[in-house]
Amino acid sequence: MPTVAVKRDELFQLLGKTYTDEEFDQLCFDFGVELDEITSEKEQIEREQGKEKASGASDVVEYKIDVPANRYDILCIEGISRGLLVFLEKLKAPRYTTVEPSGEKQRLTILPSTGQVRPHAVAAVLRNITFNQERYKSFIDLQEKLHQNLCRRRSLVAIGTHDLDTLKGPFTYDAKPPADIKFQPLNQTKEFTAPELMELYSKDAHLKQYLPIIQDKPVYPVIYDSNKVILSMPPVINGNHSKITVNTKNVFIECTATDLHKAKTTLDTIVTMFSVYCEKQFTVEAAEVIQPDGTKINYPSLPYRFEEVNVERINKQVGIDITAEQMAKYLTKMCLVTEPLKDGQNLKVEIPPTRADILHGCDIMEDVAIGYGFNNIKKTIPDTNCIANQFPLNKLTDLLRQEIAGAGFTEALTFALCSKDDIAGKLGNKIEDIPAVHIANPKTLEFQVARTTLLPGVLKTVYNNQNMPLPLKLFEISDVVYQDPTKDVGSRNERRLCAIHYNKTSGFEVIHGLLDRVMKLLEIPYDKTNGYYIKASDDSTYFPGRCAEIMVNGQSIGRLGTLHPDVITKFDLNQPCSALDINIEYFL
Amino acid sequence: MADFADLVLQAVNKNGKVDTLELSELQEVDHQKFVGAVKSLQSLGNIINVEQKQLKRFKLTEEGHSVAENGSHEARVYSNVPPEGITQAEIMKIVPNAKVGFSKAMSAGWIKVDKQADGGPKVFRKVETIEDKVEKCMQQIKKMNLENIADSQIAEFKKRKLVSEEKVTSYIVTKGEDFTLNVSKPEVDLTAEMIASGSWKTKNFKPYNFDALGVPPQGGYLHPLLKVRTQFRQIFLEMGFSEMPTNSFIESSFWNFDALFQPQKHPARDAHDTFFVSDPKSASGFPMEYLEKVKKVHSEGGYGSQGYRCEWGIEEAEKNILRTHLTACSARMLYKLAQQKPFKPAKYFAIDRVFRNETLDSTHLAEFHQIEGLVADRNLTLGDLMGIINEFFQKLGITKLRFKPAFNPYTEPSMEIFSYHEGLQKWVEIGNSGVFRPEMLLPMGLPEDVSVIAWGLSTERPTMIKYKVNNIRDLVGPKVDLQMVYDNPICRLDKH
Repeated sequence: MPTVAVKRDELFQLLGKTYTDEEFDQLCFDFGVELDEITSEKEQIEREQGKEKASGASDVVEYKIDVPANRYDILCIEGISRGLLVFLEKLKAPRYTTVEPSGEKQRLTILPSTGQVRPHAVAAVLRNITFNQERYKSFIDLQEKLHQNLCRRRSLVAIGTHDLDTLKGPFTYDAKPPADIKFQPLNQTKEFTAPELMELYSKDAHLKQYLPIIQDKPVYPVIYDSNKVILSMPPVINGNHSKITVNTKNVFIECTATDLHKAKTTLDTIVTMFSVYCEKQFTVEAAEVIQPDGTKINYPSLPYRFEEVNVERINKQVGIDITAEQMAKYLTKMCLVTEPLKDGQNLKVEIPPTRADILHGCDIMEDVAIGYGFNNIKKTIPDTNCIANQFPLNKLTDLLRQEIAGAGFTEALTFALCSKDDIAGKLGNKIEDIPAVHIANPKTLEFQVARTTLLPGVLKTVYNNQNMPLPLKLFEISDVVYQDPTKDVGSRNERRLCAIHYNKTSGFEVIHGLLDRVMKLLEIPYDKTNGYYIKASDDSTYFPGRCAEIMVNGQSIGRLGTLHPDVITKFDLNQPCSALDINIEYFL
Repeated sequence: MADFADLVLQAVNKNGKVDTLELSELQEVDHQKFVGAVKSLQSLGNIINVEQKQLKRFKLTEEGHSVAENGSHEARVYSNVPPEGITQAEIMKIVPNAKVGFSKAMSAGWIKVDKQADGGPKVFRKVETIEDKVEKCMQQIKKMNLENIADSQIAEFKKRKLVSEEKVTSYIVTKGEDFTLNVSKPEVDLTAEMIASGSWKTKNFKPYNFDALGVPPQGGYLHPLLKVRTQFRQIFLEMGFSEMPTNSFIESSFWNFDALFQPQKHPARDAHDTFFVSDPKSASGFPMEYLEKVKKVHSEGGYGSQGYRCEWGIEEAEKNILRTHLTACSARMLYKLAQQKPFKPAKYFAIDRVFRNETLDSTHLAEFHQIEGLVADRNLTLGDLMGIINEFFQKLGITKLRFKPAFNPYTEPSMEIFSYHEGLQKWVEIGNSGVFRPEMLLPMGLPEDVSVIAWGLSTERPTMIKYKVNNIRDLVGPKVDLQMVYDNPICRLDKH
């Protein structure tokens, strides 16, 4: 969930009212955002870097507000205040319009070469905008928030904003071999070629994350003006030449993308939020984007569309009973301008370009519920009658767990993920021989594979509890994972029981006794043909001559034995240990 | 032991006062036996009074014992010198400790040496008789008698390492208030034999120490988190929810994400958040007709939805992962439910492990247990969802709930569940809930008027709060503190 930091007093000024922290917290809650933290720049620096560094930092109170990940329209103070004012019915949702410039439209031509790397682009102009320090900062912050969120770390969309007065259109969106691109990037004093830039930014904590998006492409995207001035090399960096400042009057915005729909949403979001500072409020100057096939498309699209929803259906879905007028009012409060239709049964809901999150009637239903107030909805109990069933495997597991604890063994709860060494080398096995499921992107060695046996986890539990009085008698009943080509996901879980006895003597007979007890619990008699028995077996995990296979009705269900001293040593243990390891799914 | 106690009591009775050390010498019994007897008599009450006495005494060393038996070294040198004399070398050879003996005998003036004699220095007796005082003293000290032995002599013997000093504690025993010659030790425990013989009627029983703790029972213990799991299962079963199969940690991206209308470019599908499987890398065997509908609703919309209007590729859906939530299992169950005609309402729950490739800290692990409950029926309302969640949390003893609008790709509306925490004096998030989106349900083939309401939470968080565990590793995984497991109470979630 994105967090937006806003200055409290600035926000209250925009809202035209001062709230106590509690009042504002409640307002946020009702609106569907969360007042996460009340802090100040000074407090944050103090907390993160220490007291000394914080001297001189601002102690202006800041609200940190958590907003839902799909609400791009409230990622900045402009959007939050506008949304809240409409919610409080102090403001009518503004109408955003595209206007044609008096003269020629700004034009951006997409060359076919961009198809190899980043095929889409959209553009727009904010004309006669007035920034100040706060607005300028908010403008930059919003772009960063969108980059992280909707634009998926610039992989889907990258935004470039430019001082239009430093440039001369029309613009060209091209893709060129890296060595052919040379310009002075933002906040640098000299020119670099694209390969030099990649080298430079590979050490830049902020920018290095974006390099892999184009790094290995034969061509890099680049935008020029008619004088061959480079505006940007998306998605990495803008040029310094067209850098916007607090004094910029006219802003040229370009978004390049691999996902056109998201590029449009991104552009719409920026222009709807910041056109509030234009001379003609909430108007955006259109730009023409010429596609590689020659078609011309005007941006921003600023789509308004209508959805018709049924009042009774929404009432039923939410569990309330309100009139069409009330419902229309709640929706209008959520920036969805709504009118009841003449039939009195349906509503006509206008979805503005700011509400890209509204995909379906159910999203409108949610806004009715928010407008009504979730906590004002009467709680009811559905009269859905069902006979409950336990999942048989879990039922068996729970019954066995109780009994095994009753037999003197204590339950361990260990991780399903572990290192290759845990299931292989440490147990005297080879990883190639184990049908384990391997993880592609483990952050540490502990998450290389899904476990194929419970034993390593239980032995690690012993290792961490060597201060406890001996004997240690532990068990776990849980799932291990094996590859299984017959399953749709190529693998399956198997529920197993593992128990160990760790003491000054091996305690084979104790573990054997537990096996006898478990068999008794499962009504399996000791019988070589129609029951269970154990037979000598070889297994590198166990001490030679001290390992047996457990046979039930002629089928092997696992092993028991005294662990091999090498295994004990590899788990950094020093006492003899006996173990039982069986599949319990056999007994379902 | 009783014999020695009797000896002590009789001696006290006879003499009024007994020194255990003297008694042991008299009886020629190891002193410790009497010390033990006195201690045991003391434990029986006021039978005897006891005073401690510390005394020093001298004990012969091994060498001292040999002197007491065979004479001093100097005397042995003297007695080995024949009247006609002997070479010094010879005497040194035949007498033990001759070196010391020779010099002592010389200084005592018992022998003399002719250094000019033929064949080397020769030793002759100087006096006719000698008196071996050292030997006598040793014999005396052996009997603990220091009479007529001067301190200077003792010092000399110590120096010669013939005697050593030791400290002895002896006990002076006199009659106590309840003195008796006839002690019977009170019984510690009632035995079968006493019951059989009826002897318990006349026996004294030692008072039981009610302040001591009992012996811990020999049983094993269940894990605290899994005890919590059992309670949650119980609650769902009480509410008529059936348990879903969740025994597959590996899931395809299709069921984990796509079926839930989670866009293919969603950040949750990043390697930063999700464990991908390298082997077996891909899933197969999807229900293709359904898959096509999923593809369409993502890329083009449908069922009244705009869709995400971005490309949808099966390669992304085929990727195997470790499931990130149990909603993957819910999706499979709902798909199965949708195939049954006519539609039958269902209430499902699951509690099992899920996996996130997240940054680990004191409250986050890469795997944790999730709880999910859902109801599928015609015409369910948001009020129903809040109502059933309310009933569920009532059973956990949580009564003050409120719901906050939230966002989740597969539920709409989505609500975060908050409860008022009396201890923290604030509202804390305890779960998530929502109504599954039509874009998820309709492609499965569920009737249009069927809603599915669902909620979820983790087991770790309420367990940590309940048992005041600050670091999740103390609760889950191999670093668990077994003492904590042994000491953990029964789990009653509604009991605070």
